[in-house]
Amino acid sequence: MKTPAILIVFVFGSLLVLSTLDFPPWGDPAAPASVHVSPHYIEQAMAETSVPNIVTAVLADYRGYDTLFETIVIFTAGVACLFLLRIFRRIEPESRMYRHIPTGITLRITKPVSPPLETAEFERIDLMWVPYDLVVKTACRLIVPFSQLFALYVIAHGHHSPGGGFQGGVILGASIILYAISNNMRASLVRFNEKLAVLLCGLGVLIYAGTGAAAILLGANYLDYGALSEILGADAIAARSFGILMVEIGVGITVMAVMVHLYYSLASAGRHDEGL
Amino acid sequence: MIWQIEFVVLLMVLICGIGAITVKDLLGAAILFGAYSFMMCLLWAIMGAVDVAFTEASVGAGVSTVLFVAAVFRTSRRTSD
Repeated sequence: MKTPAILIVFVFGSLLVLSTLDFPPWGDPAAPASVHVSPHYIEQAMAETSVPNIVTAVLADYRGYDTLFETIVIFTAGVACLFLLRIFRRIEPESRMYRHIPTGITLRITKPVSPPLETAEFERIDLMWVPYDLVVKTACRLIVPFSQLFALYVIAHGHHSPGGGFQGGVILGASIILYAISNNMRASLVRFNEKLAVLLCGLGVLIYAGTGAAAILLGANYLDYGALSEILGADAIAARSFGILMVEIGVGITVMAVMVHLYYSLASAGRHDEGL
Repeated sequence: MIWQIEFVVLLMVLICGIGAITVKDLLGAAILFGAYSFMMCLLWAIMGAVDVAFTEASVGAGVSTVLFVAAVFRTSRRTSD
């Protein structure tokens, strides 16, 4: 069974490689993809949207529908993972582990009393794998705020440099995941709980679609941000730039929430109690 | 761009890709897949697609590796085949 499979993969792989010989050369200005609408984007993007990064202008303005549905795909994937992975039945573990902070002794309490023993001296730890590491904890405490600031910069500066909602959202989500890894999932769930994550998943799509719908209410086409100039008090070109920023924020919120929720579900096997 | 560097990066992409599907240790496969993503990110950057490179670095090499590691942590480390 294995040899025919490898043979089929090899044959189709070589067919794919052969078909690349028909492609126009890399960076060819006369390639069919580069002569249709690309010249317009390259020449007019700055004048029409006042966004220096053409990629952002194309992504969020000229092809706004494309990005809207990409965001909806991420939202749908997040909701699908919620239904697939999440276990809503609450299972109380048979025993709990505590660390006595002054001495570092680990206690295992079987048949625990219902309110967890959380005082200044005792710290609850996960059952599976928790080496206590001051260096990791402290280093991550330093890194997390800066990476969050960098993520906000990536979202807000997508007009001028590489970046935007998707990348910034992923970095923002990664910073929360880093916090969950370096401390523990319970500490992270206190600050960014599941309800908030699911709410933000929908909120991001709502911001994106709402920006488009606002354009309809002002008498233009869906996702035509130029119409927002009446609300924003700026001219139509600046309004398109602001519209791009708003949809990027929406994308960032959705991506961040989906990433965090995905991590929570995967690392805790759907129970959202304790994890990696 | 210096073609030797491109060639080495392309070779690394191939090695990491083949390695990721052949190793028995799933944690190793996750790390190799992250390395593969990072090499792809370098290739995108070489070709001038900086936005795509940024996405590849943050999504492919960053978060998806973490998600793979989390999945390995909750399942098993060895493949059955």
